[in-house]
Amino acid sequence: MGLRWFLFASDKTALNEKMTKTLFNMEKIRADFPMLSVKVRGKPYIYLDNAATTHKPLSVIEGIRRFDSEEYATVRRGAYLLGEKATSMFESVRERVARFINAENPSEIVFTSGTTQSINLVAYSFGRKFIGSGDEVIISHIEHHANILPWQILCSEKDAKLKVIPVADNGELIMEEYEKLLSEKTKIVAVTHASNVLGTIPPVREIVGLAKKVGAKTLIDGAQAAPHIKVDVKGLGCDFYVFSGHKMYGPTGVGVLYGRREVLETMPPYITGGEMIVTVTMEKSTYAKPPMRFEAGTPPVSQVIGLGYAIDYINSIGMDRIQAHEHELLEYATATLGKIPGLTIIGNAREKAALISFTLKNAHPHDVITILDEYGIAVRGGHHCAQPVMQRFGVPATTRASFSFYNKKEEIDALVEGLKKVIVFFS
Amino acid sequence: MSYKSELYQQVILDHNKNPRNYRKIEDATSSCLGHNPLCGDRITVYLKLDADNKISDISFSGDGCAISKASASLMTTFVKGKSIDDVKVIFDEFHKMIIGELDTGKTGHHLGKLTIFEGVREYPARTKCASLAWHTLKCSLEKKGETTME
Repeated sequence: MGLRWFLFASDKTALNEKMTKTLFNMEKIRADFPMLSVKVRGKPYIYLDNAATTHKPLSVIEGIRRFDSEEYATVRRGAYLLGEKATSMFESVRERVARFINAENPSEIVFTSGTTQSINLVAYSFGRKFIGSGDEVIISHIEHHANILPWQILCSEKDAKLKVIPVADNGELIMEEYEKLLSEKTKIVAVTHASNVLGTIPPVREIVGLAKKVGAKTLIDGAQAAPHIKVDVKGLGCDFYVFSGHKMYGPTGVGVLYGRREVLETMPPYITGGEMIVTVTMEKSTYAKPPMRFEAGTPPVSQVIGLGYAIDYINSIGMDRIQAHEHELLEYATATLGKIPGLTIIGNAREKAALISFTLKNAHPHDVITILDEYGIAVRGGHHCAQPVMQRFGVPATTRASFSFYNKKEEIDALVEGLKKVIVFFS
Repeated sequence: MSYKSELYQQVILDHNKNPRNYRKIEDATSSCLGHNPLCGDRITVYLKLDADNKISDISFSGDGCAISKASASLMTTFVKGKSIDDVKVIFDEFHKMIIGELDTGKTGHHLGKLTIFEGVREYPARTKCASLAWHTLKCSLEKKGETTME
């Protein structure tokens, strides 16, 4: 029995490896990303900071170059041919984004400058209209500062209360405590879809479902999820979903706010100016319908076009394969890093995105990253714009390695070797 | 091949592992909490001045990276017994050295053994680690109580 089980298990492992190799042509994929073949200090660049930003495939770089040099025009203004072409390319990205996250309608997609602006838009527009004295906003203890500060400021201005879902030692949100926080006073629940420090993927569908029962709106911060997890906003039932282009192989300066149409329609403008109006007189103005109501001024046209190509690229690989490969990397990294004496992994949630935060017994994260950098290895050290997480886990900072589908197991091996050298150096 | 570095000199590693004057002075003339929000490092510098405005005792507490801890440790050993005016000169020279504006091999200076931090100039991201203790000392001399690195 034991032997049969063993044979089965080893067969399965061999099969898995074979499947990964055939389904995922690593060298072909890596060749799509010029940044992955640069040298740093004469050594191959080992990029493990994908939670901060990701590299762009040639199709994005080339697509933006082509747009800027052969197709460029601003959108929704000129009736000349190239202006119309640019507008239709721009609006086609809105449709692709809607499909990418399974939104009902492209008009539910608002282009912003990034996740941070998307959350601020909701806090300023929805928040200032619908949240008042005595109301409550719920966030979690594992949020990025971008999903804390807009709510903190809103609550202090409106004399509302900010409530926080606590986090367990393994990095998971404590759902029983969340249920206790909910009441008819709760106006919005804003939580991450994947923590940028702990990797935790909270049960967002359940979180949204419970919020709905008390009539609260929901915002999901998908900055760390959209590039790595299949997102289905209709399935989740959330009112808002936000993410950034540059963390999903697209350009900086562009992000997305998904808002359920009925909710967006009730919201006043956030930033005002050109292109978001119906009529303007010196006395009074009327505003355009969403999404235009929230896109005052000239949008980041080239960046939106680039985001479209990034989505096409992700689709060409397939989110299922991306998730499978990244999960394999996470398991491999957890196993190999976990064997290093003196290394403590912070965040061991059962559902986890492909990133690992850790501390080393005798080495501060800033010394760790300086030394790894000498070997061409890029990881992040610090508080990751999530100081409450650091306070909760009693560490001043962590080192974080975050993976993408273009990373290889050999790069994790190099990280492990580098960390062993750090330990010897500081012992 | 083990790691070797211009930045982490042996003396720095030694002071990181066994920091000198790493304690609290209960009857300090003044103290200051220095904070580097970029990395979260926090150190407190405690000072005792004598009647002639000389530093009669100095210590520090807190935690940080190897560079900031070693810099604080070496600083305390170096400025003990010196006058406030001397410390001001050393502060300026130290700052210029780590940002690459003072080449200690070419220009006269009063930095003595502190020149082991000259390698920091090759690592712009780490200059604040080396200077945190010095800014905190300055804050303590000015009796401001708290300082944050910009």
